[in-house]
Amino acid sequence: MQERNIEIEVRNLNFYYGKEKALKNINLKVFKKKVTALIGPSGCGKTTLLRCLNRMHDLYVGNKYEGEIIFEGKNILDKNIDLIDLRSKIGMVFQKPTPFPMSIFDNVAYGLKLKGVKGTELKDRVEKALKDAALWDEVKDRLKESAFSLSGGQQQRLCIARAIAVEPKVILFDEPTSALDPISTAKIEDLIVQLKLKVTIVIVTHNMQQAARISDYTAFMYLGELIEVGPTEKIFTNPEKKLTEDYITGRFG
Amino acid sequence: MEKIRQLKRKFLNKLMLFLSLLAALYGLFWLFWILGVLCFNGFKYLSIELFTQDAGPPGLNIGGLRHAFVGHLIITILSTIIGIPIGLFAGIYYAEYGRNSKFFYVLKNITDVMVSTPSIIMGAVMYALLVIPLKHFNALAGALALAMLMVPVICVTTYEMLILVPFTLREAAYALGAYKWQIIKDIVLRSAKVGILTGIILGVARISGETAPLLFTAFSNNYLSFDIFKPMASLTVTIFNYTMSPYEYWHNQAWAASFCLTFFILILSLIAKFLIHYGNIFKNKR
Repeated sequence: MQERNIEIEVRNLNFYYGKEKALKNINLKVFKKKVTALIGPSGCGKTTLLRCLNRMHDLYVGNKYEGEIIFEGKNILDKNIDLIDLRSKIGMVFQKPTPFPMSIFDNVAYGLKLKGVKGTELKDRVEKALKDAALWDEVKDRLKESAFSLSGGQQQRLCIARAIAVEPKVILFDEPTSALDPISTAKIEDLIVQLKLKVTIVIVTHNMQQAARISDYTAFMYLGELIEVGPTEKIFTNPEKKLTEDYITGRFG
Repeated sequence: MEKIRQLKRKFLNKLMLFLSLLAALYGLFWLFWILGVLCFNGFKYLSIELFTQDAGPPGLNIGGLRHAFVGHLIITILSTIIGIPIGLFAGIYYAEYGRNSKFFYVLKNITDVMVSTPSIIMGAVMYALLVIPLKHFNALAGALALAMLMVPVICVTTYEMLILVPFTLREAAYALGAYKWQIIKDIVLRSAKVGILTGIILGVARISGETAPLLFTAFSNNYLSFDIFKPMASLTVTIFNYTMSPYEYWHNQAWAASFCLTFFILILSLIAKFLIHYGNIFKNKR
């Protein structure tokens, strides 16, 4: 892969929760318009790594980064980085659906309104985002209703619509289907595969079949270290490290 | 042996149930007695004159309590206007900005103490701060004393309601590139609005029954007054004065006024209860 196809490059990243070192010397390349899956047992640092990418850790005191994460030619761990700007370029979808206490329309419009989008453009972009999130047909007649009236799976797709509405370059998914039933999960997986035509995706998942189904690249993490990363097919069929093989084949985890 | 133990446990169970029932009945008995007497006496003396006329000369069977109703309303509204924003913003500060800091920890504990400060102390403080410099009793001092009572109540409920809002909701808004104040205004306050509103109503209910902070601040007055820099009548202080007086007509009016005040607070509490219930239905839908 050529350098210009790299969306995000993590270089020698260490991360500390207070004194506890949670990530150890991580090096990872995230390629443009591909799905990169982070897998590994609980507590291995997948989510921690994901949350470094949009500096979510900054919301809490005592967290510390070391190293570099290069995005758009800049180190986003730099103190002078505009976090508001960064987060509007790198969106995030969480484990549990997080609809805002407002109508379905306003939920999707929220990020756009923050950017100053108004009037018919706002309407059009909300509609487009809902269509891209495969939710439009289900909600087009009830846009004024509370977002809480939707089912869990619909709420999660609403959150995806909200994230893609602001047209980010990257969307981070933190176990987006772990709270959903198999049918909703399948819908969201289809959606993620569709989305990669437009955005780069990084997804944390506990479900290895899911990683195998939807991702182009897979990174296996263990105890805060990145053990192995490569094309998903290779990681799942012919891993280089014994630890990766043991995890993939279900010998531990 | 096993059988005896079982019987013993059954007996203990029944005994405890009986004792708790007894305690509950004891509380309810006095409560209903007080409410019953109040309703019986208060309702009897309700009249149109009570709301349309000011106080009559002592000893004569004429006059009403219009001045006290109006004064009470003015003082309550004034203290609400002063108290709500301060309490609300303090609560927002505690929950959204101050968490994790030592300064907050000290402040929060002081606020918790202030919630249960005897109300007369607020009156004494305002007496020193606003009555002595102005050289006469005034309604503003009364309203401020009540506002000081209300602020910690609203602050603590606002804080409690805000920290109940899941942090993931804030994270989701941050992840869209929102500023902190936008998140608080659009997401957090909106999620907690029912609880905060309930806290405000309970705060108003709390201050509208206070007498002590008004005794040496707003004092009282037998005439209709709209001047907040002068003494002003309130229902609670008037009830106190009339009850202490030797005139039966005034005693009766005090009963009627007590009934009205209790009824007002009851309605406020019912609104709060309704909101909590309505809010819960809303939450279950999630």
